[in-house]
Amino acid sequence: MTATTVARGRSVRSRRPARAGGLTLASGLGLGVAMLWFSLLVLLPLAAVVATATEGGWDAFWRAVSSEQTAAAIRLTVGTAVLVTAVNVVMGTLIAWVLVRDDFVGKRALEVLIDIPFALPTIVAGLVLLSLYGPGSPLGVDVANTRGAVFLAFLFVTLPFVVRTVQPVLAELDREVEEAAASLGAGRFTIFRRITLPALAPAIAAGAALSFARAVSEYGSLVLLSGNLPLETEVTSVRILSSIENDNLAGAAAVATVLLAISLAVIVAIDVLQRRVTRRG
Amino acid sequence: MAEAATVARRPRRRGRARRAPSRYVLRAIVAAYLLLLVAWPVSLVAKNAFADGLTDLRAILEDPDVMHALGLTVRVAVVAVVVNTVFGVGMSILLVRYEFPGKRLLSALVDLPLSVSPIVVGLALVLVYGGRDGWFGPALEDAGFQVIFATPGIVLATVFVALPLVIREVVPVLEEVGVEQEQAAHSLGAGALATFRRITLPTIRWAVVYGVVLSLARSLGEFGAVKVVSGNVLGQTRTATLVVEEKYLNFDKGGAYATAFLLALVSVACITVVSIIRPRTSEETTP
Amino acid sequence: MSIEITGIGKRFGDFVALDDVSVRIPTGQLTALLGPSGGGKSTLLRIIAGLEHADEGTVEIDGVDATHVRPQRRDVGFVFQHYAAFKHLSVYRNVAFGLEIRKRSKAEVRERVTELLELVHLEQFADRLPSQLSGGQRQRMALARALAVEPKVLLLDEPFGALDAKVRRELRDWLRRLHDEVRVTTVFVTHDQEEALEVADEIVVINDGRIEQVGTPDDLYDRPANDFVMRFLGPVTRLGPDLVRPHDLELHPGEVDGAVAGEVSRVVRVGFEVRVEVTAADQVVLVTLTRTQFLALGVDVGSPVWVSPAAGAPTVAAVGPAPGDRSLVPG
Repeated sequence: MTATTVARGRSVRSRRPARAGGLTLASGLGLGVAMLWFSLLVLLPLAAVVATATEGGWDAFWRAVSSEQTAAAIRLTVGTAVLVTAVNVVMGTLIAWVLVRDDFVGKRALEVLIDIPFALPTIVAGLVLLSLYGPGSPLGVDVANTRGAVFLAFLFVTLPFVVRTVQPVLAELDREVEEAAASLGAGRFTIFRRITLPALAPAIAAGAALSFARAVSEYGSLVLLSGNLPLETEVTSVRILSSIENDNLAGAAAVATVLLAISLAVIVAIDVLQRRVTRRG
Repeated sequence: MAEAATVARRPRRRGRARRAPSRYVLRAIVAAYLLLLVAWPVSLVAKNAFADGLTDLRAILEDPDVMHALGLTVRVAVVAVVVNTVFGVGMSILLVRYEFPGKRLLSALVDLPLSVSPIVVGLALVLVYGGRDGWFGPALEDAGFQVIFATPGIVLATVFVALPLVIREVVPVLEEVGVEQEQAAHSLGAGALATFRRITLPTIRWAVVYGVVLSLARSLGEFGAVKVVSGNVLGQTRTATLVVEEKYLNFDKGGAYATAFLLALVSVACITVVSIIRPRTSEETTP
Repeated sequence: MSIEITGIGKRFGDFVALDDVSVRIPTGQLTALLGPSGGGKSTLLRIIAGLEHADEGTVEIDGVDATHVRPQRRDVGFVFQHYAAFKHLSVYRNVAFGLEIRKRSKAEVRERVTELLELVHLEQFADRLPSQLSGGQRQRMALARALAVEPKVLLLDEPFGALDAKVRRELRDWLRRLHDEVRVTTVFVTHDQEEALEVADEIVVINDGRIEQVGTPDDLYDRPANDFVMRFLGPVTRLGPDLVRPHDLELHPGEVDGAVAGEVSRVVRVGFEVRVEVTAADQVVLVTLTRTQFLALGVDVGSPVWVSPAAGAPTVAAVGPAPGDRSLVPG
């Protein structure tokens, strides 16, 4: 499976190739029903977005996407997402390392903390960040209505992704390979750089892809935190919402298609990386 | 005479030998990061919710509109979880135990909802089921069935965003366990339904539980997609998350924090429950 | 309850697992499908069970065409290499499974399960979970489970492959005795020739998707049909153009009619056995003698000797590796 096994939960180690059989009548029907449901719920609506976006032809599409405000929003969103993903790659791997290779009282609590951004409603996340980093903050920091708020919000909601993709792979790594390197004279950092990191690379990349896609899609946490100031702190999803509220569905769909293209690219990337992970395993 | 499971598990070597200072440094960095990013801010929500003692909390619990919103949120979440569990378990079995053309594509598409922006989700549903210009919307509304700006739309949006969660928990377990127990059941005369009931379901029992709990947390917390499809009609289609936004923007900070606190409480409870009942990876055996 | 397999072919993508395989497995016997890993024997077994579909050919069980019948309906008991125990059910419930599916009465189930657990000596483990049993015990449970529904045919897929050597030997012996008692047509897959020779009434040697030879253990050992069968079932060495068994060769200190001349190049003593390597022309021939025989010859490294096969010794024209090949072990 694609991101399913890479991202969440354990890595898959089957003893022998999974023996899948052909479809029977019952399972064929089941698949048909499931596909119908899936199409009505997911595929058709998403197709409608793309269809509506291209209704007016390429010109209308381009106009909607390149308006000053929208272009600024896209730049801000993608730029901040890239920055946040870079931070996550480092911090995520670090956190996964500590969780897997270290042991101390309260480690379980850390695991729960990491999952909180995944389960917390995004609007609540916004409020959460506001209480520490907005007006009246005990830290005296106030990033409300600044670009820092966008960065912070993205950082919060994407926290779990790299950690959770790297963790299972790290846990399954063969320690003996590292021990062999040590016996040949490699120092701890060299071992990490030349042996561990390359083995983790696909998992890190998959997590980075998920993190990027999540950041780019974020909406709820920014509503209260960033002020959604046009050209300043307005992200792509906010632009889409304003277009919807202004009854400009075609324009909204155009920008939405840009985001969808990014999601699709992410999914393809993860699928490719997933193959790398299992091939090595 | 008892022996461990057939798959040989490498003995866990606890490297107690080297207590390098770097270990403590790393721990400190990670702890500080998580403290500043998650722990402290979340605890502040609780603090702010109870800043005036129980007044804020009591106020929202006595507000009929808020109670209606909470009730709606719960109802929608439960329906979404049930639908996604049925679909999720069925889809997982199809993806792992059967071969068919396009399987790999379907498997990738199933993960789509996780990387789609909630606003886009809302837009997509409006474009198809919207009463005015939607593809199916007008026809449905003529038949008396309103989707957008009504509860069914909220349910659809919630089902959409939480769709992959059960599948992502069940698929790895199905793959890990392998198909042999089911084949053994077949060779003993069990038909597809009996095999599913007696063998497959008990095997994936815990994965389904985790998936359900995570779906529940996600469904209760959906905001962006619901905002688009619900029209945010007070007393009718307003959900708990929308209440938080509305109260804050109307300068009822106390109410906003109190409602946010309730939602945060439930999500944290969900993850804590899963974390407690999920066995640690190193000692994990298939239930 | 005989099994008749005709023209079975099976492909996995480009890989041909079975190629026009036909064989008849007689009623009430213990038949081994023997061959190297990847040779197709497991695939054939699974096709008989209905767990795989053949691309072509037919399977007849007890005179009835079962080629398209689902595994549930074939009345075939299957034992897997890794037990496939129902991990969430107790030993008792595992064995009772097939009976419960057939909606037998509780009393009947209890009687039959107890009978079987006694047969496999697992009565005191009835309420344990499979994870609490050793590998050998789990496999005995799997056998009891398969036998519970009185199948027409019992199929075992490398049943002892996952067990350690000692347990494997014990269970091998135990399986033979069990078969003598229960008398169900049994087919088991193995890559261990010693196991097949010891346990089976009849052996089907399968290699590369094709049947090399079918016969009793004696047939196969004494009258191998070709190079592969001979190599696979026992030690071989090459003398001239032929393969012959090292213990079927005689060493003569003086020249003998028809014997090949050579020189002793190495002598290794292993217990009561002495392995003598003789360099003759362009070959190295391995001769195995008892200690007594060797001492009686009075030869040592460097001595000239003459080698000939004993009267009536089975030989087969060698195929494959060039002279100098001195295969000590089969395969």
